[in-house]
Amino acid sequence: MLDEKLIVAGFGGQGVMLTGQLLSYCATNKDINTLWFPSYGPETRGGTANCSVTISDETVNSPVISKPDSLMIFNKPSLAKFMPKLKKDGNLVVNASLVKDLDFREDVNVYEIEANDIALKLGNLKAANMVMLGAYLAITKIFTNKEIVAVMKEKFTGEKAQFIDLNKQALEAGKKAVETSA
Amino acid sequence: MAKVLMKGNEAMALAAIKAGADAFYGYPITPQNELPEYMSKHMKEHGRVFLQSESEVAAINMIYGAAGAGARVITSSSSPGIALKQEGISYMAGAELPAVIVNVMRGGPGLGGIQPSQGDYKQITRGGGNGDYYLYSLAPESLQEAVDLIKESFDIADYFRNPVMIAVDGLIGQMMEPVDFELETPKWDLPKKTWATDGNQKGRDKNIINSLYLDPNDLEKHDLKLKKKYDEMKRDHQRYELINMDKADIAIVAFGSTARVCRTSIQLLEEEGINCGMIRPITIYPFPSKAFDEIPKSVKDLLVVEMNTGQMIDDVKIVNEGKLPIHFYGRSGGIVPEAEEIVEKVKEIMGGE
Amino acid sequence: MAKTKTIYEKSNGLSDAHLSYCPGCTHGIIHKLVAECLVELDVLDRTIGISSVGCSALNYDFFSCDMQQAAHGRAPAVATGIKRVKPDSIVFTYQGDGDLASIGIAEAIHAAHRGENVTIVFVNNAIYGMTGGQMAPTTLIGQKTTTSPDGREEAHSGLPLKISEMMATIPGATYIERVSVHNPKHVIKAKKALKKAFEIQKNKQGFTLIEFISTCPVNWGMKPKDAVDWAVDNMIPYYPLGVFKDKTNEEAN
Repeated sequence: MLDEKLIVAGFGGQGVMLTGQLLSYCATNKDINTLWFPSYGPETRGGTANCSVTISDETVNSPVISKPDSLMIFNKPSLAKFMPKLKKDGNLVVNASLVKDLDFREDVNVYEIEANDIALKLGNLKAANMVMLGAYLAITKIFTNKEIVAVMKEKFTGEKAQFIDLNKQALEAGKKAVETSA
Repeated sequence: MAKVLMKGNEAMALAAIKAGADAFYGYPITPQNELPEYMSKHMKEHGRVFLQSESEVAAINMIYGAAGAGARVITSSSSPGIALKQEGISYMAGAELPAVIVNVMRGGPGLGGIQPSQGDYKQITRGGGNGDYYLYSLAPESLQEAVDLIKESFDIADYFRNPVMIAVDGLIGQMMEPVDFELETPKWDLPKKTWATDGNQKGRDKNIINSLYLDPNDLEKHDLKLKKKYDEMKRDHQRYELINMDKADIAIVAFGSTARVCRTSIQLLEEEGINCGMIRPITIYPFPSKAFDEIPKSVKDLLVVEMNTGQMIDDVKIVNEGKLPIHFYGRSGGIVPEAEEIVEKVKEIMGGE
Repeated sequence: MAKTKTIYEKSNGLSDAHLSYCPGCTHGIIHKLVAECLVELDVLDRTIGISSVGCSALNYDFFSCDMQQAAHGRAPAVATGIKRVKPDSIVFTYQGDGDLASIGIAEAIHAAHRGENVTIVFVNNAIYGMTGGQMAPTTLIGQKTTTSPDGREEAHSGLPLKISEMMATIPGATYIERVSVHNPKHVIKAKKALKKAFEIQKNKQGFTLIEFISTCPVNWGMKPKDAVDWAVDNMIPYYPLGVFKDKTNEEAN
């Protein structure tokens, strides 16, 4: 049974909110229950921006995720804030380009993804969130990259459409990063 | 139609458009800004009115004017802004004008904070402004329910010729959930608005929109006429949901997004073999007293859970009439309780017996 | 038998209700002018008037068009709400100086600022009449009221607010004029100004405000004739009559 509770956290501007939203859009397209809830207000400007995403075959009740199954962590302050909440044996996907030399919990599965470096190699640092998403999907397998790209084609209209190809490459690169480290 | 994933504030705006709202007047305040922003873009497409006013005070008086002219109107705000609107809301109740008012609650008092809260419960359920009046107040727990209730609320407002309050919080305003906008909602039998000052006086006497009655006898008569409406709301239009009550040993009373958190608590308790039920008021005015008549004998305690320091608990005490012990668990200041906190509270109550 | 000829009659724009104003007050004249303008422009049956709070609070009974009664100071917001959903109606507010110049100044300024196509009938008698003669923003220096018993002092209460001059600085306003009704000549001039304002609204040319210098014999503590003289001698020098803004003229040039 699918029942995934995920927190995505980082700086404002790293595409944290969008990363979570793509998952909720994808769930909606597949008629799977989902709930996305963001931190909001001044906290998100320069501080830590985060969103909670629930994807479930069951009705989603509490919007608050007290014990996430997975974390996507984009910066150090977010790691400090959310790692203690992660479930035992949960997935901790970290942007290792920014979060390094830290003690990770030993009772969780840690995936260190050099997301910024990978994105820079693809030509645009902004795609780091998609590298992270690609890695997350490769680990959890809740959706395929193809399904996420389909959502982008739906939602990225106008000027944003030009980023779809780059994002597609970033998703694949994230997937590859997990597969090669395994 | 397939479900669409939308942010709460935007979904509520679209629901109002689907319900035939003619005009939106409002003023920016967090955490409800996506609602007017959505309206600013989409009301125009439908040939309807969107206007950002100079203040909440002005906005509610624009609502008064347009409602008086017979239009279907909506405004939205958040707690401090709703406080500013109270003058106009009282005038609307007095002048018997329909409108839908969305309160996306945040922490208070004063400027307070911007995170989710249910701190306006008393203000909402006691009228809020001066004089003897109430608002039919709906407190949805999900975006689907919010959308369905907003679609219906314009009819409810027109039926009673009284403002309807949609009482949600920052959580519902900011969250995204899949919503089906085409679900059928009840349609109320509505008479024509022959009372409206609609700028077309041909073939009828002049109409007056007014809440001033200088003769005490006239005002008392008017107040009693209003009271009849509130009595009808209480008698025929209470709404609530009973969850897991059949064999419950303890019952939570919670509304809005807090009720949603409690649903998870109930599941967690069930896993531990504890039968916990819930009374979820959907109307917070009229308070669903009838739900308390349905409490089974197995229930030994009531636990009121709110995102404030204890406001609805007074209504629970009134309808409980001293029958069951009443406990309280609340978080305020913008903190949403986690399901586990409520689980602990329930266990504490049950272990204490 | 001699034929009788009607040479004067009450305007259809007024109802048969008994006016609630004190003897010598000029509200009655101003009501008459509003009613006559609406009838002469043939817009009475599509007009919605807005009563405010003050002595004119009850005038929803005095005009024969549709009326709404508004909270203190909020009439321009109410007018905005109506006009935006009924753009082909004629909407006016009728406000005193306490209502408009004090508690409702924000609503008045922003209605002008947005260029709302409504008309404000602003009655300035330099005092709060309804509540018993308290000081208004428009009360003159030295003028005694129940809350300035020794006369208004600049050091304490500032200088009286010149609404027409101020509103004329708002880019969105179309037509602003101050008039007086202290004698027949000025009544005729005042009617011309008011009619122009309603015509501008009828032509959808935007925001108009006509300020009327008015009297309050009871709260000023004067006989009606003395009150009129006092207005001429004291108010008009401080509140000069005339057109302060006419965008229709600017556009023509």
